[in-house]
Amino acid sequence: MEENLIKTCLHDRHVKLGALMSPFGGFDMPIQYKGITEEHNAVRHEVGVFDVSHMGEVRVKGPEAYKFVSHIFVNDVTGAPDGQIFYGMMCYENGGTVDDLLVYKVNDEEYFLVINAANIDKDVAWIKKNAEGFDCVVEDESPKYGEVAIQGPKAEETVERVLGLAVKDIPFYNFKTFEVDGEENIVSRTGYTGEDGFEIYGSHDYIRKVWDLLMDAGVQPCGLGCRDTLRFEVGLPLYGDELADDITPIEASLSMFVKLDKPEFIGKDALAKQKAEGVKRRIVGIELEGTAVPRHGYAVLVGGQKVGEITTGYKSISTGKSVAMAMMDKPYDKLGTEVEVQIRKKTFPGKVVKKRFYDKNYKK
Amino acid sequence: MSKILDDLRYADSHEWVKLEGDIATVGITDYAQHALGNIVYVDMPEVGDEVTAGEEFGAVESVKAASDLISPVSGEVVEINEDLEDSPELVNEDAFANWIMKVKVSDAAEIEALLDAAAYAKICEE
Repeated sequence: MEENLIKTCLHDRHVKLGALMSPFGGFDMPIQYKGITEEHNAVRHEVGVFDVSHMGEVRVKGPEAYKFVSHIFVNDVTGAPDGQIFYGMMCYENGGTVDDLLVYKVNDEEYFLVINAANIDKDVAWIKKNAEGFDCVVEDESPKYGEVAIQGPKAEETVERVLGLAVKDIPFYNFKTFEVDGEENIVSRTGYTGEDGFEIYGSHDYIRKVWDLLMDAGVQPCGLGCRDTLRFEVGLPLYGDELADDITPIEASLSMFVKLDKPEFIGKDALAKQKAEGVKRRIVGIELEGTAVPRHGYAVLVGGQKVGEITTGYKSISTGKSVAMAMMDKPYDKLGTEVEVQIRKKTFPGKVVKKRFYDKNYKK
Repeated sequence: MSKILDDLRYADSHEWVKLEGDIATVGITDYAQHALGNIVYVDMPEVGDEVTAGEEFGAVESVKAASDLISPVSGEVVEINEDLEDSPELVNEDAFANWIMKVKVSDAAEIEALLDAAAYAKICEE
């Protein structure tokens, strides 16, 4: 089975560095190099670099690209300047989530979509199917692109000094394209860590060059282990945990990205209805007393009855507290609700809190 | 290379045992703590609990995952290492000094059946 795993353009670098490798979304990915805690702290306090070449890239191009992207995306890209990026979801008619993604607006006739590795095949098929009848072309460019994320308070200084890219003036959630050896690369001020940072998309050769320069400069390589602890601490969802085919963005407490005042998009009716009637369950935060670790799938109890389930949980590296995101039935989603989490044979008391366990440190 | 102490017995699930009289001290090996990475929580039994050889008696949690602890001996738990409640990282610092539980064994022959240091070293090499 492992023979079928896809190797990113940086795979040989990870092996050489002695990374602990593990399958993720069909790819053989580095989980950690030095240790999750060390890598997590490098990103919170200095800078770290991630291989995120497993992410998928889809280009939508044509006279009706704007109309089509508006049709499949719950956020609203109307009137945005070229070079702006939007976070949001694609939903099914019933409101369930196909995927969460970033939409890069190149111009009104060209958009660049960044999707989750595990969903590439599903998303591309779904996007292409729904593009029928629109005057635009959908192309899966995932195999062409490598991607690295440089994250942390020193990311800007590092990218400028080590890579020689002028990124200081790129605002948060904006991007620039630049050419190297006739190839177009993209650099955006985005990330998945709650820190300032950049993501660079380019040819496999260019991404290898970028990685090697960063390693020579002593930047800490970071694996998917700390990518998860970092995104979790600032309340960002992971598809498969907080979002899924059968979880709507409203239930995931992401309704700020769902623009119900848009004239039309797939899933709008179901999501509008859910918003109006109120959800039956939603994602909240839970803080435990003590330091037992709540994990995905563990039951959350009130009065001995199961009223929810942990979607992601950790002993937070930044705060030391045992915290989790959980899908909780109403009315047990209310802040301050006292709950118990079943961890193996024992239960541990805790309470419902906001699903942000560490304050974001973005430069906007 | 992980540390292995000559005078202990080992289970292939990476716990160590030291028998003194009828009291067995149980911990996880240096190899196990290294494979787990930063330990953030040790789920221990309670004093008075009965444990059974080959069965789960608790868990060790790293940042990323929980791993079951398998008891190498049968008997009654007479003491747990309370230091690990507040400082689970002690297991990373010295896995042999920082034991997890002490058991009054009901069948000393179970310990004879465990691996010696040389046999355990072979398992770690595989």
